[in-house]
Formats: sequence, structure tokens, C-alpha cells
Amino acid sequence: MQLSILIVERDKDRALRMVDALREAGDYQIEVIAEENGLRRRIAAIAPDIVLIDIADPSRDVLEELALASSPLERPVAMFVDRSDEPLTRAAIEAGVSAYVVDGLRPDRIKPVLDAAIARFNLFQRMRAELEATKTALEERKVIDRAKAILMKARGIDEEAAYALLRKTAMDQKRRVADIAQQLVMAAGLLT
Amino acid sequence: MTAERLSIGYVPLTDAAAFIVAQELGFAAEEGLDLNLIRLSSWAQSRDLLGAGSIEAAHQLVPMPIAQTLGLGPPLPQVDLLMIVAHGGQAVAVSNDLARRMRADGFGFDFVHAGAAGAALRAASGGRLRVGVPFPFSTQAEVVWHWLAASGFDIRSGAVEVHTVPPPRMAQTLAAGEVDAYCVGEPWASMAVETGAGALLLPARAIWAGAPEKGLVMRRDIAEADPDRTGRLMRALWRAGRWLDQPDNRGTAAELICRPDYLNLQPEVAERGLQGRFLISGQGEARQVPEFISFHEGAATFPWKSVAALFAERMALQHGLDPQAAMRRAMTCFRTDLYRQHLRAAGADLPGASAKIEGALRAPNPVASEKGEMILRPDAFFDGRVFEPPFADS
Repeated sequence: MQLSILIVERDKDRALRMVDALREAGDYQIEVIAEENGLRRRIAAIAPDIVLIDIADPSRDVLEELALASSPLERPVAMFVDRSDEPLTRAAIEAGVSAYVVDGLRPDRIKPVLDAAIARFNLFQRMRAELEATKTALEERKVIDRAKAILMKARGIDEEAAYALLRKTAMDQKRRVADIAQQLVMAAGLLT
Repeated sequence: MTAERLSIGYVPLTDAAAFIVAQELGFAAEEGLDLNLIRLSSWAQSRDLLGAGSIEAAHQLVPMPIAQTLGLGPPLPQVDLLMIVAHGGQAVAVSNDLARRMRADGFGFDFVHAGAAGAALRAASGGRLRVGVPFPFSTQAEVVWHWLAASGFDIRSGAVEVHTVPPPRMAQTLAAGEVDAYCVGEPWASMAVETGAGALLLPARAIWAGAPEKGLVMRRDIAEADPDRTGRLMRALWRAGRWLDQPDNRGTAAELICRPDYLNLQPEVAERGLQGRFLISGQGEARQVPEFISFHEGAATFPWKSVAALFAERMALQHGLDPQAAMRRAMTCFRTDLYRQHLRAAGADLPGASAKIEGALRAPNPVASEKGEMILRPDAFFDGRVFEPPFADS
């Protein structure tokens, strides 16, 4: 999937240089918001994967609200700094406070920053996927337990034998144990 | 002796006056400090720079260190609020359109009665309202949520939206129709009238007379590593606050804070809040608000732990935390111990307790204190709400 990047920047030239640098760095879907009016509404509408904003931009507090409203980890915000207050903000960024710095707007500096932001984005995506997988696994185990109980009762066998039967059926039919268990539970529901 | 340089972040608002006065009038120098006051453009920036140690102290919204203590925000080192540096100072503005409809309904804009103003606002808005506040964790957010809920707005239905707007952009945002009303610290409330974007409806103290606004916030490790320096900073700010609460000094204060290095505004606008003399509409209607903003009187600088609990309760409910645990944790970041330790020497009167019932006072009231001179100012909510902190105060 193409990564969408939103640049919040009032200075048109600066925004254009950012866009150029990003285009050189990779194939991204890039949007620029130059107008502070309606920022909240427009960010919500665009739903970008990454927001690039100057660390000293007053609109940061608006992003803060958006981050609180969704999960703060889902939308990485990368900061860039190339103004006079750099020494001050650099320490903040290096401390891991606000993610990433783009020194000036040199393309060779933008790339690592984006890579880092994307890596973080992917990490959280993966964490979410893993969480989802864990949830599914739990669900499946419950279904398998119920299927085993049905078999034990209907055929008077013990738990181990019930599971062996489920597994053998699954292998014979080239299906997953969880799917067979699900079918059995459904069928049992129809019969009672 | 050369003064020790301390970097302090502030956001340009009238309530940063104690920091500016401490530096400009020599209260800091008296304590051997040279304050490097750094103007910041967002609260998130202030929080980040303080957390990273790029600045040693910050002028922050009172609820900010509480939110951080509760883990709402990025993982940063523990911060503490050492003292309150401004009380009150916020006002509510409404759009011209709402103001017109409220007037058409016969509302008089008395700038006093929050209940009547809330009812008129509900009638004129049909119960649907978008309100700007400076930060999700702000005194303004607490005041707005409480006022609208107690005025019969259905705050759970989504009919009321509270949005973050940077203070210098409040008036523009109101003019652009992105919000219908806002609550912010001066001079950015008066800016609605000044720019023709709207009318002033209420001072926030009409909703909650005891609303603390800004605090001196430091990282715990930095405040404790050099207690002597921390104490000197607190004393310089305390003396600056005492100077600011002499009525004769308020005009000078307006000049000082509006200098190009600081707020960079016309002093006339900042003077309205500092003197409590407001223009509430483009028609030149004037309103007086005694004690609109306090920097010292009525134990204004004492960081009551009960205030921390009050803010923490709503944050906990809004963000799915356990309120009891949240209140208990929040109270630990209001450092009444450091206040007592460092300000006794400056001559501050110290209350017998570190927490109190919030909202109980409708008139000035003496309380038990070391010198027996402490008189608390009214702190009532307009609707009679009383908040009792759930735990013993120490």
C-alpha cells in the first residue's frame, strides 16, 4: 500500500522543497496543508499515515488532540527543524520525545527520517496485527474446546481421543482443526 | 557574583507575567538568577522541551503535569508543579452570530452570572456548540465542560465539541466559523472583541471563582538535584507575583509583558485583563471584573493538592482510568512540601493543610496558617458544586 504523508507547513517554498525531497526519496502519496484554518477537519479527512510538521508550529497542539482521540501510536508524527531554535529542539528530539528531525531539507536527510517513521509505523501495525492474531487464536481455542466436549459426550471418548479425531478429520479434509471444530459446533447446535 | 542562567519556556499570555516581571524588575537577579525566557508556540513543545531537559523550567497549564503523571501523553520523565503562578485570567467569547441571537432573546451580557449566560447560550445555540480551548489538558477545558454540563447541554451526545486551538489563533478561528465560542487566557479572549470576531460572554471566574491557571513546572530530578537553585527560582517568582498584585503596578506590568521580546502586542489590550476592565463588544460596552487575575493574594500561589485531584478526576473519567487511583497519583505531583520548604524563608504564610474542599467559599475566608494571616478568596462554582478531595492531604 502506498504510504500517505501529510505536510503541515505555511511557507509555500518550504513545503514545495519538502515535497520535492519526498518525491526523490520514494513513491508516496503527499498532501500539503498550508492553511491553518480547518486543520483538524482536514487531517481527519485525509487520515494520513505520517504527519510532517515543524516542531515549533503552533498547530502541534491541534495534532495533540487528534492523537489523544485516536490511538496516539497509530499515526506517527515526524518533526522537522531547520530554524534558529535548532540546538534547543534537537535535544528534545534526540531524547526520543517527538520522533525525528530533518536537518534543513536535504533529500539525503529526509530519507532516513522517513525510514525511521515508517519503521515505527510498521512496528505498530505489526503489533496490532499480532494482537489481532492472539485474539483470533483465543477464539479458536475456545471453539476447539467446545468441539472436543461435544465429541467426548457423543462418543464417550476422552479429551485426547477427541482432539486426535478432530485433527485426523482436519488432515483428511485438508482443513484447519479450528474450521472442523467450528463446523462441528455449528452442526451440534442445529441438532439440539 | 555572576548570575546563574536558567532557561525557562513560556507561552505568550498575560499569565506569564510573573516570569517576565521576575526577570525585568530584578527579582531573579536578587536571587542570583538570570532567566533566559524562551517564547514557545505550543504546549506540546513546552512539554517536550522540559521532558528532554532543554529547558530547566516551564510556565504550563496547571493540568499539564497532572496529565503527564497519569501517563496521558508521551513517556517523559516525571514532572512536578512547584507553585501556581497565575490564578484566573481566562474569559469566554462567543461568535457575533450567537451574540446577536442571545441579545434578540433579551440576554443582557452582564458578565457576571454564568447560569443565566449558560441558559441563554443553550437557547441561542439549540444545544449544539463547538468550543475552542488551548489544550486538551487545560483549566479552560475543565471550566467549559463543567459549565456546559451544569447549564443543561447534553455533553455526552456529541452535540458539544471541545477543540484545541492555539491561543493566538482563537479569534481568527471564531471569525472563520470553525468554533462558535472559545475559552482562553487573556489577552486572547479580548482579541475577539478587538478584531471584531465576537463578543465576550463571561470571565471564567464567574463559572469557577477558584480556577488556577498556570504553574511553575519542573522535572522532578532537576528540581531536586539543586534544591538551592529551585528555591531561588520559586522565591523570585513569588516576589514578582506579590509585586503584580499591587493594583498600582498593573499598568506597568502591561507595558512590560507587551514588549516586542515578550507578547509583542499593544499594551492597551493586555491592560484590560490586568486591570479587570473589559470591553465586551464592538459597541464599546464596558464591564468591570474585580480580581479577574491574581498572582499572589489569597494564597494564590499555593499548589493545593485538592486542585490536582479535581482535575485528575475528569481526566480519568474521559480517558478510561480508575478515578481513585488517578486522583491519588495526581496529588503527588503538586509539591506542597517544596513550597513550604522554599517559600517560608521568603515570608510566605503557609496553610495548616495541603488540601481543601474546592468550591466551598462564596466570600473571603480566613484559614489556619503559620502566621495566621491567610485569607482565602472565594472559590465557588456557579452551580454550587463542591469537590472534596478523597484522601488525607499528606
